[in-house]
Amino acid sequence: MSLSNEQVGHLARLARIALSDAEIDATRDKLNGIFGLIEQMQAVDTAGVEPMSHPQELATRLREDLVTEQDRRAAFQQVAPQTEAGLYLVPKVIE
Amino acid sequence: MSRTDWEVVIGLEVHAQLNTASKIFSGASTAFGAEPNVQASAVDIALPGVLPVLNRGAVERAIRFGLAIGAHVAEKSVFARKNYFYPDLPKGYQISQMDLPVVQGGAITIRVGEGEQAYEKTVRLTRAHLEEDAGKSLHEDFHGMTGIDLNRAGTPLLEIVSEPDMRSSAEAVAYARSLHALVRWIDICDGNMQEGSFRCDANVSVRRKGATEFGTRREIKNLNSFRFLQQAIDFEVQWQIDTLEDGGRVQQATVLFDPDSGETRMMRSKEDAHDYRYFPDPDLLPLVVSPDWKARVQAGMPELPGAMKARFMDEWGLSAYDATTLTASKEVADFYQATVTAAGTALAKPCANWIMGDLAARLNKAELDIAASPVSAAQLAGLVTRIADNTISNAIGKKVFEALWNGEGASADEVIDKQGLKQVTDSGAIEAMIDEVLAANQKSVDEFRAGKEKAFNALVGQVMKASKGKASPAQVNELLKKKLG
Repeated sequence: MSLSNEQVGHLARLARIALSDAEIDATRDKLNGIFGLIEQMQAVDTAGVEPMSHPQELATRLREDLVTEQDRRAAFQQVAPQTEAGLYLVPKVIE
Repeated sequence: MSRTDWEVVIGLEVHAQLNTASKIFSGASTAFGAEPNVQASAVDIALPGVLPVLNRGAVERAIRFGLAIGAHVAEKSVFARKNYFYPDLPKGYQISQMDLPVVQGGAITIRVGEGEQAYEKTVRLTRAHLEEDAGKSLHEDFHGMTGIDLNRAGTPLLEIVSEPDMRSSAEAVAYARSLHALVRWIDICDGNMQEGSFRCDANVSVRRKGATEFGTRREIKNLNSFRFLQQAIDFEVQWQIDTLEDGGRVQQATVLFDPDSGETRMMRSKEDAHDYRYFPDPDLLPLVVSPDWKARVQAGMPELPGAMKARFMDEWGLSAYDATTLTASKEVADFYQATVTAAGTALAKPCANWIMGDLAARLNKAELDIAASPVSAAQLAGLVTRIADNTISNAIGKKVFEALWNGEGASADEVIDKQGLKQVTDSGAIEAMIDEVLAANQKSVDEFRAGKEKAFNALVGQVMKASKGKASPAQVNELLKKKLG
């Protein structure tokens, strides 16, 4: 399998990465190299092998359901470009 | 072609907000209504370097749900990243579950319709998975900008997905109501729809009767009341049928319901549908639910509505209708059980009648929930007991009920005593009243003797009136018959 420039452009848009035409060519070649590796791995017979979601054979740690965080809004909002009435302000978005 | 030539196919996705104290991956509070962003921790606003740690309480609630619907609670489930960009999602992805959800399968039995037409149906569930909620965007005018409140970001949700098993808006609403009652019954969600604690998305399609393939579906997003759910589905179904009958095609799309116009309108078509690029979240190891943990949760489960309904029928002799009505919500069931506990199980049936009759009507009129009933279960039990032991008649019982409702006494006994409502059972006293009534109503007596049965009832009525309703109607009947006989 190999990617087209159009598919690379689509992926870049989804990831909000701006790519010039030249960069799209370069990115496509790099990604196709990775696909080559994936194809090699997919040739391995994995029948009966459970799909792996994490490389460590461990279970996730759990925390008790307790409120441990205090209000740190003032500190967090110091680094925000713009705030008002406790809200973060961002360029207008309406879906 | 008419509506009856088409079959409607509906599946629901419900987001139930889990009633934990803290968020699913952080120790920030989930309390509703706080000042903007004061409950948004470093994890919730996605500061660099933070890591999620899963809330045991959220997992436990998911297990409770799985056990309640007879589902498979996965021994191992996996969290995945659902990637999209929106300002109220600071990480750029939502942590959710994709391939391996914590709850798999299960079913819910619903009751659809009223009276004779009512029927039961089993709706299968596909899955229920844990995920985090996003923040809130406020589009009011902040100098042409959008305000973001991240208090809700990271609030635990259980997304409950049904199979496309429903065939009408009535079935969809019955399913949503059953689910709503169940999540409150097992105390995993407060069910507050105004506050968004229970939100429905409906996948709707139509196909010609007899067709085996499903039609193309459209998804109606974010319905936050049962009425809107019904209206939105009804409108959408008619729109799809009209479109197809006019020779058009339904295209897969996401639509929004506008309660003001009662219409659904397109939000986005399949072409610009999101491509979420799910993948396992490397920040979280698999969630493992041991058999031991499951057993402990099972041991702490309350009796479920189905089991309670069967018990009411088998042990207390209620009809299927009564038992269903009294287990429709946790509050009603609690009230009923408290009433029967106080009155004794021999009075289970009259207790049911009072709760489903006078109390329900009065609560309805006052727009009150049963939990806020001015007449307590203990007071109602006292009233039912006094009717059963003939201290008062059923008619006087209604008076006592009114008095209790209006706070005119702490108990039925106090009201009966204060207002002198005790039934007159002294036959001498009743006979004296009968004599007076007979003397004053010679015409009725003559009519009765001439064979008019109605005249007898008129005389009973007069005696009851003379006793101010306090005589036992049965006793009046009997004595009057003797006198006239």
